This record gives sequence, C-alpha cells and structure tokens, in this order.
Amino acid sequence: MSQAILEVRDLTRTFGGLTAVNRLNFSVSPGSVHGLIGPNGAGKTTTFNVISGFYAPTTGQVIYQGKNVSGMTTVSLARIGLIRTFQGTTLFKEFTVLDNVKIGFHGSVRSTLIAQVLGADREELAAIEKQADELIEFFGLADLRNELAANLSHGHQRALGIAVALAAQPKVLLLDEPFTGMNPEETSRMMTLVRSVRDRGVTIMLVEHDMHAIMGLCDKITVMNFGSLLTEGTPQQVRTNPKVIEAYLGSAIDAA
Amino acid sequence: MSRGKVNPWLWVAGIVLLATLIALPFGLSFSQREVAVLLVINVLLVSSYRLMTLTGEWSLGHVVIMGVGAYASALFSKRLGVPVPISMLLGAVTAGAVAALLSFPLFRMKGFYFLIGSFAAGEVIRLIWKYFTNPFGGPKGLKLIPGFPDIGPISFFEPLPYYYLCLIVVGMSLFFLYRIERSRIGLTFHAIHWQDKLAESVGVNTFSYRMLAFVLASTFAGLCGALYVHYIGTINPNRFDVEEMVFVLIWAIVGGTATFYGPILGVVVLTVINEVILRALGFDTARPMIYGFILIASVLFLPNGLESLVPKLQAWRTSRRTAPEGTPASEEKA
Ligand SMILES: Nc1ncnc2c1ncn2[C@@H]1O[C@H](COP(=O)(O)OP(=O)(O)O)[C@@H](O)[C@H]1O
Ligand SMILES: [Mg+2]
Repeated sequence: MSQAILEVRDLTRTFGGLTAVNRLNFSVSPGSVHGLIGPNGAGKTTTFNVISGFYAPTTGQVIYQGKNVSGMTTVSLARIGLIRTFQGTTLFKEFTVLDNVKIGFHGSVRSTLIAQVLGADREELAAIEKQADELIEFFGLADLRNELAANLSHGHQRALGIAVALAAQPKVLLLDEPFTGMNPEETSRMMTLVRSVRDRGVTIMLVEHDMHAIMGLCDKITVMNFGSLLTEGTPQQVRTNPKVIEAYLGSAIDAA
Repeated sequence: MSRGKVNPWLWVAGIVLLATLIALPFGLSFSQREVAVLLVINVLLVSSYRLMTLTGEWSLGHVVIMGVGAYASALFSKRLGVPVPISMLLGAVTAGAVAALLSFPLFRMKGFYFLIGSFAAGEVIRLIWKYFTNPFGGPKGLKLIPGFPDIGPISFFEPLPYYYLCLIVVGMSLFFLYRIERSRIGLTFHAIHWQDKLAESVGVNTFSYRMLAFVLASTFAGLCGALYVHYIGTINPNRFDVEEMVFVLIWAIVGGTATFYGPILGVVVLTVINEVILRALGFDTARPMIYGFILIASVLFLPNGLESLVPKLQAWRTSRRTAPEGTPASEEKA
C-alpha cells in the first residue's frame, strides 16, 4: 500500500459541550474512493468541515500529502488541491452553468487584476472557457451551458456542483452526500461520473447514505458513530459487520 | 453575464446620449447648471457605491469616504500647494487607502453588523475632522479651497466648463467601473455575494476581494469628493453626515442595484424630480420628506427599482415592432 494522501490523527472537534468528532483516525490511499458512513449526526459533515479548513480541529491533526495542514484556511487548502463539495445543492444559482464552472477555475487564473480590468486577459479567458466547456460536456450539461443553475433539475445541479469542484483542480475531492434525493437513473449516472473522476486520478472521499452507491463505488469504508470510529474495511467487511448493522438499525436510518 | 455581440442600436443610443449630455447645459439656467455639475458627481458616487454592494455588503460610510477624498484633496492643495488636478488624484488615493485600513476591522463583520460597523467608522472619521481643528478646521471645516486651475481662457470657476470637466472624469471612471464588473473580477464579486462559502471552497479569497471592492469603490468616492470640494470651495463635517448617506441609499434603492445603470437612473430621476417639479412648486426645502415618500412608494410599487422597467419597455417595444413572440429581455440581470 502506498503512502496515504490524506490522513486524520486523533481528530477531535467539539461544539461547546458536544463532541461532534471524537479521536477519529483514518487514512485515505491515493487514487481510491474512500467511503465515510454513519447514522445522521455521527459527525461526517463536521469531519469534512475540519479537513477542508472550515473549522479548526479542537485537537488532533489533518495530514495532507505528508504535511500537517490542521488549521489552514479553506482557501489555502483549495489552492493545494483539497476541495470539498457541500451537503445539499450549493451553487451560484443566479449564474449560468458556464459561469459557475468558470468560478471553479479561479485558482488557475494568472492574469493580474489590471490586465483583467483592461481586458488584456482575453486569451486566458478563452482557454478557461474551453476547459470549462470540456468539464460541462463531461458532466453531460452541454445543452444547459447557458441555463441558470437555479433552473436545472436536482440531478443536474448535483453534477454541476461536482463540476465546479473539479474545475478547481482537486487532488482530493470530498463529496458530501452527492446522491441524496436522486432517482435511480440519476444515481447510476452519478456513479459513472464518480468513477470517471477517480479515473482522472482524483482521490475521492465520499459521505453517503445510499448503500448501493457506497458499496458499488468504495475501495475502503470508514464507519463513524457518535463522533468515533466504529469500524473500517472493504465494502464486504463493513456490510457484514454486526456493529455496523446494529448502529444503523439502532438509528432506523434509510440504509437499504 | 452575457457578453459579445454589440447591438448597433446601442451605438446610436450612446451617441444620442452623449450629444444630449454635451448640449444639456445650454438649455439650463445658471443655478440649474450648478445642479447639473453636482448631479454628474453624484452619478459617480452612487455608481461607485454599487460596486461595493456587488460583494453583498452595504456600507453606511460611503459619503464619509467621499469626504475623506474631499478633505485630503483640499488639504494637499491648500496646505501643501499641490496642483489641484494632482491633489484630486491624491484625494482619491487617500480615500482608497483609508478604506484599505478600515477593511481589517470591518470585514470581520457581515450584513447588519457590517452596516452598523461602517456607520460607526464613518462617525469616528467625522469626529476626527471636528476635533482636530488643525488641519481639518474643526466643526467649521475648511474654506477658500483653491479651484481647478484655468486652462487658457477656460475658467473652471464657471459651472459650464466644470460640468464638462466632471463629465469627462466621471465618464472615464464609469467606463472603468463597467470594465471591472464585466471582467472576471466582477464575476467573482457576484459569486462572493451569492455563495461566499462555495467561493472559498474553490480557492477564492473572499476577504481580499471584499477589500478590493471596498478600496476601488472608495477611491472613486474620494474622487467624487475631490471634484466636489474644488468646485464648492468649502467643506465641513456635516456635509458628509448620515443624511447625505441616506440620499445615496435612496438613489440606489429607487434605481435598483441589479444592473449597472440602475443607480444612475435613480440619481438622475430623483434629482430631476427634485429640481424641476419641487423647485417649480416652491417646496424644494422639503427634499427629505419628498425623498422619503418616493422611497416608500418605490418599495411598494417598484420593488426591483426603476431599472426593472427597462426590460419591460424593451419587451413592449419589440412586441409592437415584430410579430408577438413573447420573449422578454431576460439577459438584463448581471
Ligand atoms: N456548527 C455547529 N455547531 C454546533 N453543533 C454542530 C455544528 N455542526 C455540527 N454540529 C453537531 O455535531 C453533530 C454531528 O453533526 P454532523 O457532522 O453534521 O453529522 P452528519 O454529517 O454525520 O450527519 C451533530 O450533533 C450536530 O448537531
Ligand atoms: Mg452531514
């Protein structure tokens, strides 16, 4: 096994008296799809928020590419390839599909501010627009290129959310429940997309309740319960683990 | 944000507008020309204010920042003998620099807190002007501020030449503001307004961009102050009090801030109403009351501002000219 690209060590995050993440440990191998599952309120989103710099860890460390990145800002983490998406559809709803993706390319812009104001960045803009169109095509949104994001179907909005994240050139992509609210057709389309993103060499960490998607996609799964690590293993190991079944039955979640 | 393909009618409209602006003062009385000078300056003031609002933050300090430009330019020229055209630029730069400093405390706040914070910051600056008689002249302010130097036979003491001077300076500034909004920077400002967390997640440094919008807006507000002060020749802290800020807000709200031209429509229409109608009727001192009334009426009946009438007018015109196809101009919103 190669060295982990992302690792959390004894990660803890508290909110007042509540311990949302409690001494959590896991490591993600490069090029893999790594699942993070657990009942509602287990602390999955909080874990993502800490990894991506939205919250600082209370104690413990986040190691990215062998470097301690705990407490770094979201912006600087994004610049070095650690990109997260949001639970629910978080998009620039008032923008067209194209402009959404163009904002995603923010980190690739090299022109100075003056050049941008004077319009001397035309070539770079055209290059970015071309790359944006490729991404839009890749996510099957080509026909909707000039449509406002607010007008897209739920599935298309989810795809666009990932396209925006992918535009930011991630090395590690954190996806928070990308399948929620999708119909079976959208789900299988999204599974294909996630696989092809992985095939582009992006390491994916996936929080999801849709067990079909999780089992079908993940190389390894970390299971959380009440903020702590419950177990870890391959989909096969996790599926048959009595502790996992108990945790899910105990919280009567929509796990199929 | 549609770009490309310039409508030829836009050129015609632009040329007509330019001709009107050049010819305008000849149809005006002396006092109306003075109003026209102030109107041109106010167009830039409210447009620069809009740039600031693109990132989603509404400030109550914009008029005070204009005052910073006015005081700075007045002092550079009066105390240090800097030629007025240069002191004007220095005034604008000073206003931008003050905004850059204020960014650090202010952008820790958002929304309502930012609004109140910007008001407090403005009041502190006004207190400084009042308290320090040297160099700011205290509550009485500054007098005998040098005017714009004559160019050959042209004296900028007269409203007519000054009107054209302002027209040129404001025209160039508006072009610059327009370019900013149409560039990637403008797109990023909008993105921060709508979803700052998402913007950060793809690497947009929202603090820097908020600061950039604030500094640029303040630089142009400072330029407005400089244009103002070398025309009027005197200033005092009360010229930049919150009542003046409320007028700027009303221009922006009544005009609408979704488009570049919205606030300009607001300031022009309200000024014309104020001057033509009220002055003719003889109750121009009732300006605050009338403005308040117009604000309430526009919030009730025109919640998206005067600018929202433009696409409706266009749709109405095209539906009359061509066979009814029912395509409202939906590309207006930036
Ligand atoms: N910003 C916050 N402030 C206070 N409590 C929070 C905050 N974010 C999450 N929590 C709490 O932390 C726990 C874990 O939440 P979360 O990470 O969203 O769970 P999951 O994503 O696994 O459903 C929950 O009890 C939640 O209420
Ligand atoms: Mg969650």
